[in-house]
Amino acid sequence: MAKGTQIKNKRKISKDQWTAICFLIPSLFLILVFVYGFIGWTGYVSLSNYNSLVPDFSFAGLKNYIYLFQDFRFQSDLRNTLFFTIFFIGMVIVMGLGLAILIDQKLKGETIFRNIFLFPMALSFVVTGVVWQWLLNPSTGFNQFLQVFGIQPKWYTDTNILAGFEWGNIEFGLPIAIIAVVIAAVWQMTGFSLAMYLAGLRGIPDELREAARMDGASEFQVYRKVVLPMLLPITMSVVIIMAHISLKIFDLIYAMTGPGANFVTDVPGVYMFETTFRGNYYANGAAIAIIMLLLVAVFIVPYLWSNRKGDR
Amino acid sequence: MASVPFGKIIKYALLIFFAVIFLMPVYVIIVTSLKPLDEVSLESMWALPTSIDFSSYGAAISQLAPNFMNSVYLVVPATLLSALLGAMNGYVLSKWKFKGANTLFTLILFGMFIPYQSILIPMIQFLRTIELYNTIPGLILVHVVYGLPITTLMFRNFYANIPDSMIESAKIDGASFLGVFRHIIIPLSITGFVVVAIWQFTNIWNEFLFAVTVTTSDKQPIMVALQNLSGSQMVEWNVQMAGALIAAMPTLLVYIFLGKYFVRGLLAGSVKG
Repeated sequence: MAKGTQIKNKRKISKDQWTAICFLIPSLFLILVFVYGFIGWTGYVSLSNYNSLVPDFSFAGLKNYIYLFQDFRFQSDLRNTLFFTIFFIGMVIVMGLGLAILIDQKLKGETIFRNIFLFPMALSFVVTGVVWQWLLNPSTGFNQFLQVFGIQPKWYTDTNILAGFEWGNIEFGLPIAIIAVVIAAVWQMTGFSLAMYLAGLRGIPDELREAARMDGASEFQVYRKVVLPMLLPITMSVVIIMAHISLKIFDLIYAMTGPGANFVTDVPGVYMFETTFRGNYYANGAAIAIIMLLLVAVFIVPYLWSNRKGDR
Repeated sequence: MASVPFGKIIKYALLIFFAVIFLMPVYVIIVTSLKPLDEVSLESMWALPTSIDFSSYGAAISQLAPNFMNSVYLVVPATLLSALLGAMNGYVLSKWKFKGANTLFTLILFGMFIPYQSILIPMIQFLRTIELYNTIPGLILVHVVYGLPITTLMFRNFYANIPDSMIESAKIDGASFLGVFRHIIIPLSITGFVVVAIWQFTNIWNEFLFAVTVTTSDKQPIMVALQNLSGSQMVEWNVQMAGALIAAMPTLLVYIFLGKYFVRGLLAGSVKG
């Protein structure tokens, strides 16, 4: 009897397992073609001479890549991406963590505050771009405030580079114009890190903080020695997610400033779009896309791999 | 202990300060959208309108209405389909794990992080081939496919919270793969579906890159039309602000009325949850 059910179970599990795989097959097939297949095809296009409306898949070697790395516009893009990423991630973490700690202080009206800081997350980057384009318009908005102090920023029309130094034919440093885009992006995405940190803070048992206070730790020390170390994994996730958003950012900048004067607000996403779909330089566009993918993969692949191991 | 109320005051002051900064754009959008064009100037940006004028809303609605409806036709089927597929995948990958399931899941997940520029050129060629280029069904297909990683992730995390013992006892009672799905998983999925649907609704409604490359003119979703409003020569800021508000309204309403699920989606989308 016992043996009978076992055999029955075994057969049944294998049949169920088969159904389970059937459930998965359509999605796996779609991912295989639309993600991996298409990436492969883009890579192939990036190595071809397909730089006009007429498809030309003859092999060009690394010509398109070499062209890009010598291209002033693409060099500016890489610089802008670097500085945008650093300031964007830094600000999102500082603002998100700071506001989360403030909201976590058991004050009245915390729901209202949380909702206010989170609502931009519900908006599209295009809406954010359109609105902040108006807000940061030269000689208006915030700039009126700044003019009181004698500062007259031109924001996204400004081609000046802060703390710049020359490297090759490109000036490194923070383009002032990109600060405008960082402000808009931080306004929109701070809610994300705030939500993550708030969830993290709620997950730290009160007893831990109490114990530290009993040991004579000041409120500042409680945060520095107990709370912040425990929030480290969350910070990691925030960095990874913000990095992949910032490395491929397109719509916010496209809606707000475009490439900007002298490409001070240009990024690879905007360049790829204009090259491919306005200029019909498909091979160049594909090469930009592959470089973007590699930049993201450097962050994402180790992260996904470590998460996968954590499963078992 | 005398320092406690003082500390509290500082905390409130900081929160209120930042709240005001975060809300400032909202004030400017509303105020600007209610002004007649001749009152919209850089100098009077912060001033209240002298009289309330809804004409910018009329103009924005007449220009954006068809695109708004395109977005509706896009977002409803795309959200439902991708949630459904995500539920199926999540069920298998959390409750019917097989050898290599985790690796497979990681390979699916990678699709969520890729810059979509890296698949855009072949995808558009593919859509042209199957004659879905410049159609709403074409955009639906794209959003369903590239929504798979995130919806699978969210449902997998959600189903991981359903105790295995529950599934085991159903299996002992003779329930099959589909039986467990229908009688245990589906009834417990309502919250999961709400969270995933809100997430997908928001993302697809707000998406721009696919929308602007896959569709032209009369098939364009709302975000492309909004962007085009500002691309015109003469920028009517009051109409643009009204347009921005109209375009943002559906996702803002979702956020206002279903905020709890919205935040849950936000956290579930962050890989580890």
